[in-house]
Amino acid sequence: MNINRLIALSKSVQFGKILTSNARHATKEVTLPNRTIRTHARNLAYAKDLFLGKVNKAECFPYPEIGNEELEEINSFVAPVEKFFTEEVDSKRIDHEAKIPPETLNGLKELGLFGIQVPEEYGGLGLSNTMYARLGEIISLDGSIAVTLAAHQAIGLKGILIAGSEEQKAKYLPKLASGEHVAAFCLTEPGSGSDAASIQTKATLSEDRKTYLLNGSKIWISNGGFADLMTVFARTEVVGEDGVKKDKITAFIVERAFGGITSGKPEDKLGIRGSNTCEVSFDNCPVPVENVIGEVGGGFKVAMNILNSGRFSMGSAGSGMIKKLIEMTAEYAGSRKQFGKNLSEFGMIQEKFAVMAQNAFVMESMAYLTAGMMDRPGVPDCSLEAAMVKVFSSEGGWICVSEALQVLGGLGYTKNYPYERYLRDCRILLIFEGTNEILRMYIALTGMQYAGKILTGKIKEMKKGNVGVALEMLGRKLGDALGRKVDLGLTGMDGVVHPGLADSAKKLEQNVAHFGSTVENLLYRYGKTIVEEQLILKRVADVLINLYAMTAVLSRSSRSISIGLRNHDHEVLLANTFCTDAFFKNNYWLTQLQRNSPENQDENIKKIAREVLEKRTYVCSHPLDRTF
Amino acid sequence: YIVTIRVKPDHSGVVTDGVKHSMNPFCEIAVEEAVKLKEKKFIKEVVAVSCGPTQVTETIRTALAMGCDRGIHVEVSGKDYEAMGPLQIAKIFAALAKKEEASLVILGKQAIDDDCNQTGQMTAALLDWPQGTFASEVTIDGEKVKVVREIDGGLETIKISMPAVLTADLRLNTPRYATLPNIMKAKKKKIANMKPADLGVDMVSRVEVLRVDEPPTRLAGVKVETVDDLVAKLKANGTI
Repeated sequence: MNINRLIALSKSVQFGKILTSNARHATKEVTLPNRTIRTHARNLAYAKDLFLGKVNKAECFPYPEIGNEELEEINSFVAPVEKFFTEEVDSKRIDHEAKIPPETLNGLKELGLFGIQVPEEYGGLGLSNTMYARLGEIISLDGSIAVTLAAHQAIGLKGILIAGSEEQKAKYLPKLASGEHVAAFCLTEPGSGSDAASIQTKATLSEDRKTYLLNGSKIWISNGGFADLMTVFARTEVVGEDGVKKDKITAFIVERAFGGITSGKPEDKLGIRGSNTCEVSFDNCPVPVENVIGEVGGGFKVAMNILNSGRFSMGSAGSGMIKKLIEMTAEYAGSRKQFGKNLSEFGMIQEKFAVMAQNAFVMESMAYLTAGMMDRPGVPDCSLEAAMVKVFSSEGGWICVSEALQVLGGLGYTKNYPYERYLRDCRILLIFEGTNEILRMYIALTGMQYAGKILTGKIKEMKKGNVGVALEMLGRKLGDALGRKVDLGLTGMDGVVHPGLADSAKKLEQNVAHFGSTVENLLYRYGKTIVEEQLILKRVADVLINLYAMTAVLSRSSRSISIGLRNHDHEVLLANTFCTDAFFKNNYWLTQLQRNSPENQDENIKKIAREVLEKRTYVCSHPLDRTF
Repeated sequence: YIVTIRVKPDHSGVVTDGVKHSMNPFCEIAVEEAVKLKEKKFIKEVVAVSCGPTQVTETIRTALAMGCDRGIHVEVSGKDYEAMGPLQIAKIFAALAKKEEASLVILGKQAIDDDCNQTGQMTAALLDWPQGTFASEVTIDGEKVKVVREIDGGLETIKISMPAVLTADLRLNTPRYATLPNIMKAKKKKIANMKPADLGVDMVSRVEVLRVDEPPTRLAGVKVETVDDLVAKLKANGTI
């Protein structure tokens, strides 16, 4: 074929290989199996198109804004909550006693913080996701309180809010909003953590079909020791359309008053010690059929929706915490002197502050972009974006807290300062609400499933003889091979990014294009088996997270420049620095993802792991050993 | 109230631009007392008043969220605002008290930015009303008010007739937190807007600020070994 010879002449041999392999694989259908992590490409928002090398400008530009009235309202809320937290919350005592004092909890209830997102008609504040995120910045000043509140409203009562019937809402929401009743979310079991679909708690329908009897036990339940109301997930027998009986998961509203519920003793945790975490056991607990949330058998979807809807707030909570840390640490760095200079004059210390500032900036930008998208009418599915915010924020937060502690050196290590408590409280962020490993898989696979569908569609069209599609794909490949410049519409005449950020926008566009073709590549190379390749999916997820972060940061700073926000040149500096850093990281990972890349050591890594895990110990002989 | 105060480079005053402003703590106590009196049914309505630029409406909203029924924003901005002092405010309050037919005017004893401690007293004088200042306890008894005042020598109890002016001292009460649901309810409460001219008040200040300086930086001390050394040093720098 002429095309082959053209490619052989082009400088980038790699692309040539891709094209010939495309010609060979064009007939292979690319479909992905039905995974246990269920995703529906309902109306997924922005990130999915990145997998196709496309930037869906309209979703993220301009940066979402809230109306003046809403802004005034949220500002009027911030002051009293901040006041309460600075005056009435003794975080050190809460951590030491592993308990939140009842007076503090009552204060929080009176402030109205137990029903932030419950609609006004049910006695709550009815605030939007954006406002919830804003309040989260302040509530995160104390980790235990933040988790207690989140367990109650972000997941505990969310099920009723998003999937409950009118009767259920009217019956339960008012007392939950006032804090008279506290809620908990009961999904995890000793044998089912990340693999949530494998839970074993059973709900058997009674003879008179009026009550379910709940049997089983749940662990790691926040607020489990005193919650009056729980959203419990259990297996129920469902008769499928084909007449086959299956055990599917159903969500139930369970009141402690129903009886048969015992709570274990509180877990002695590393961090968030003031938050109550314990085992909850159900022994023939009777639940009326009216308390099923949504449909019988539809519980897993409810669970995933609940978890997806609360995740984004970790971004604003994390950034709130880092901003506080920056203030505290900068005070110290500006006054502590060693070698005759302030600590703030040393490069390695300065770097730490740059890292903290960038991280806070990115987290904020991502969180409020996601919240803004979620607040749009039509309820777009931002589960992918929310997951990305969570992964970035939890890991960024962990790094920043560690660096902040490092600035204070020995002092940071003592309990006299709050840094060690922030560190301990922070560690859980990478674990709960979906471990970062699971979320990376979710991020990568959701996108690849979407891309796979589109590609399969295109291949079908090609097979049917749709020349247009075939030419388009060939044209794109040629363009890539000949090094055509990428222009996705972010800069230039109709560009959505401010000219002051044009360089970074170009970097983003380059990354996106490279990412799109890499994804296509991977799908051709692996097809269904991509599900098993965690190390590949990890890199895909990491690149995507960076791409979303770059988008958020460019969108936010473009707006800041355009409206002349105070200190916008500092924002531009942060944005450009982050984007350049992310650009090079992305390039490295994408290079590792190319076929036969020497930068990719996955085979060795897996081999090492295999040998260690086989022996279940460190394998090498001791360096001092002798053979004679 | 940790705010780093900086003097303007031209020494005409203190930088207020971009500095977080909030309700004066003694005024919070005054609002709390007024709301308490209403809850005990001694008074019918509480009106929160603030004089200043647009931003003060936020403070009025906080008062509404604490339980006041309505607010009045007397708009003063620019040069007038910078020159505004206790006398001008007292004139405005006196005019409003008459207009609204108030039985009580409750203020904080002083503002923590200028520490003047004059507004309450001037208001009472302009209205020719009795005043109960530095109140640490207020009890309404029919047409009279019993006020326990914190004075240098201890506590003084007085009984004054209404209408009267009271100023709140620290131990009068502990102000409640404006809860978020109350803040939302407060949005529906009305804040009336007016200018000093509408009340017939002339804002011209009889006081001119010549110069504002930061307090001199503390000099390091010197340790001495004996009393004789101390006497010698004190003589040397002319103190004795």
